[in-house]
Amino acid sequence: MFKKLQRFWQAVRRLSGDDAYEQYLLNFLQHQSEHNEAQEPLSREEFFKQWQDKKWKGVKRCC
Amino acid sequence: MNKNLKIILWLLVALLGAAAISAIALNRGESISAIWFIAAAACVYAIAYRFYAAWIAASVLGVDETRATPAERLDNGRDFVPTNKWIVFGHHFAAIAGPGPLVGPTLAAQFGYLPGTLWILIGAVLGGAVQDMVTLFFSTRRNARSLGQMARDEIGPIGGTAALIGTFLIMIILIAVLGLVVVNAMKHSPWATSTVAATIPIAMLIGFYMRNFRPGRVLEASALGVILLLLAVVGGGWIDHQPALRVFFDHEGLTLAWVIIGYGFAAAVMPVWLLLAPRDYLSTFVKLGTVTLLAIAIITLQPHVHMPAITQFTDGTGPIFGGKLFPFVFITIACGAISGFHALIASGTTPKLLSNERDIRMIGYGAMLLESFVAIMAMIAATVLEPGVFFAINSPAGVVGKEAVDAIAKINSWGFAVTVEQMSQLAKDMGESTLFARTGGAPSLAVGMASIFGSAFGKGMLALWYHFAIMFEAIFILTTLDAGTRVGRFMLQDMLGNIWPKIGRTSWMPSVIFTSALVVTGWGYFLYIGVIDPNGGVNILWPLFGIANQMLAAIALCVGTGILVKSGRLKYAWITALPLAWLVIVTTSAAWLKVFSEDVRVGFLAAANDLSAKLATGSLPPEKALVAPHLIFNQQLDVYLTMFFVVVLWVVIFDTLRLIIRYLLGKATLPLTEVAHEPSRLVEDWVRD
Repeated sequence: MFKKLQRFWQAVRRLSGDDAYEQYLLNFLQHQSEHNEAQEPLSREEFFKQWQDKKWKGVKRCC
Repeated sequence: MNKNLKIILWLLVALLGAAAISAIALNRGESISAIWFIAAAACVYAIAYRFYAAWIAASVLGVDETRATPAERLDNGRDFVPTNKWIVFGHHFAAIAGPGPLVGPTLAAQFGYLPGTLWILIGAVLGGAVQDMVTLFFSTRRNARSLGQMARDEIGPIGGTAALIGTFLIMIILIAVLGLVVVNAMKHSPWATSTVAATIPIAMLIGFYMRNFRPGRVLEASALGVILLLLAVVGGGWIDHQPALRVFFDHEGLTLAWVIIGYGFAAAVMPVWLLLAPRDYLSTFVKLGTVTLLAIAIITLQPHVHMPAITQFTDGTGPIFGGKLFPFVFITIACGAISGFHALIASGTTPKLLSNERDIRMIGYGAMLLESFVAIMAMIAATVLEPGVFFAINSPAGVVGKEAVDAIAKINSWGFAVTVEQMSQLAKDMGESTLFARTGGAPSLAVGMASIFGSAFGKGMLALWYHFAIMFEAIFILTTLDAGTRVGRFMLQDMLGNIWPKIGRTSWMPSVIFTSALVVTGWGYFLYIGVIDPNGGVNILWPLFGIANQMLAAIALCVGTGILVKSGRLKYAWITALPLAWLVIVTTSAAWLKVFSEDVRVGFLAAANDLSAKLATGSLPPEKALVAPHLIFNQQLDVYLTMFFVVVLWVVIFDTLRLIIRYLLGKATLPLTEVAHEPSRLVEDWVRD
C-alpha cells in the first residue's frame, strides 16, 4: 500500500514537473562522460528558468 | 483469460452499449437517466479502443515496439525525454482538453440531446481519435516533426503553408470566442468578475513563489494556489454583499471586453514565469479535479436529463445559433468529436516524450476518447436543466427580447415551460442578479454543474458551486487566451522575420510589443464585434471557429491519407479518408450556408444586406443604428474569411489528390521522410516503470 502511494506520488511529481530538475541532474550525470570538458550542471533556479521558457515556445494548450 | 469467456464478455459489452444507445435514441418520455449516456459512451469507447484502435495500430500503421522512438534516439534530458506512458498520457490529455469540449456540446444542446451525443461518440471513435493517433504515429516516425513540417515534406509547400495560416487564423477566432464566453459570464456579475480578477494576482504570486522563493517547487506552489483560488470564490461572494465594493466589479459587457483585450496584451508581453506558467498549473489541477468530481457526481447521483431528444430547432430557427441540424451540429461540436487543433499537439510536442511506439494507441486514441467523455459530461450538465431554463439562460436578448417578461413569453411560445419567478429564484439561488441572455455556454453549464453538485453536497452552497464553476471555466479560458496569443505572436514573428529578419528575433522587445499588439488587435476586433452584436456574437463566432478547426482537421487527415497511400497502404487509406470526406462535406456546406443562405441568422451576406436595408429606411432604433455600420462591415469580413477557409481546404485536398494520383500512376512524388529503423535499446523495466 505504502509502495503504491509512493509510486502515485512519484507520478504526480513527474507529471507536474516538480521533479524536472532531479531528472535533469540524473540525465546530466549519465551523459557526463560524453562531454569533453568538465561542465557544471545548471543550478536549480537557472534550470527552471530555461525549462519554463522552452515549454511555452510552441502550441502547448488547445481549445 | 479463457478465450470463450473473453468473447462472451465483449458480446455483453456490445449488447449493453446497443441497449444504452437505443434507450437514449428512442426515449420520448419526460426525462431519461444520465447513466444511459455514461453506459453508451463507456461501451462505445471500450469496443472502439479494443478492436478498431488495436487493428489500426497493428495492421494499418504497423506499430513496432522494437523500434527506437525520437525520445530515445535524441534524448537530451530537456525536450526529448523517454517518459512513462501514463505520464505522457497525462501531458497529452492536459494539452488537448481545453474549454472547447465544454462549450460546444452546451451550445449544440439547442437541437436536443441526441444529435450532439451521437456525433460526439461517432465522431470521436471514427474521426478525432483516429486523427490524433495517426498524426502521433507519423510524427513519431519523423523525429517529432510538426504538422506543418510534415505537410510540407510529404504533400508539398502548399499544404505546409495552408497548415501554418490555418493555425494562425484559428487561434485568432478561438481566442475571440472564448473571450466572449468569459465576458458573457462576467457581465453585471460582481461575484464572478471579482473571482476571475482575483485569479490574476494569485497566479502572479505563485509565479514569484516558483521562480524566486522556492524555485521549481511546482506542487507546493500549486497547492497554495488552489487554496487561494477557493478562497477567491468565497471572497467574491463577500464582495457581492458589500455595496461599496461590488460597484467596482459590476460592468457592462463592452467594458469587460476592453479589460480582457488589455489583459491579453499585457499577458502576451509579460514573461511566461510570471503569469502564464503558474496559471497553467492552477488551471490544470482545477480542471482535472473538477472533471473527476463531475464524473463521480454524475455516476453516483444519476441526474435526469430533461431536454427532449430532438427539439424543433433542427429546422434552423434555434435561438443560440441559426442553422439546421446538418451541417451545423457537426461544426458546433468540434472538440469532443474531432478537432484539428489536437494534431498540433500530437505532432511536435507529444512524440518527443514517447518511449515506445506501442503506447501510441493509448496516448493518441485513448486521450481523445477521454476528451470525448468530457464532452458527454458537458452535454449531460447542460441538459439536466429544464429546457425552458436552458433557453432562458442561453438565448441572446436580440432573439427573445431584453425584458424578462418578453423572453419568458417567447420561450413559452416555443413550448418550453418556464416562469419569470422561476428564473429570478434560480438567479437568487446562484447569487446572481439575472441569468437571462448569458449566451456562450459557461453559465448554463455552471448552473447545471451547480445543481448536480448541489444535490450531492447540499443545496445551501449552490451559489458557491455556481461561481466555482464559472471560475473553473474562466481560469483555463484565460490560459488558452494567453498561450494562444503567445503562439500567435511567435508565428507572426516567424512569418514577418522572412521579410525583416530583426523582427523574427523573439526576444527583441519592440518586435514583441508590435507583434503582440497585432495578434491582440486581431482577436480583440472579433471580441468587440461579438459583444456589440445584439444577436450575441456566439451566433457568428462559434460557427467560424468550428469551420476553421475542422479545416485544420481536414489538413491533418490529408497528411495522414497521403502518407498512407505513399507508403503502399492504399487499401487502408479509408481510415483517414472517410472522416476526411465527411469533414469536407460538412465544412463546405456549412461555409456555403454561412455565406449564401437567405436566412439572416445564418447567411453573412443576407444579414449584411438586411441590416443595410433597415439602416437606409431608418427602421432601426438609435442604439442599433449606431453599431449597424460596424456589424455590416464585420459580416462582409466574415464572408471573406469563410471563403478563405474553404479555398485553403480545397487547395490542400486537390494537392493531396494530385499526390495520390501521381503515386498511383507510378510518377515521381516527394519521397517518404520516415527516419530509418533503429532498434530500441531501452531496457524494459528501466524506462517503463
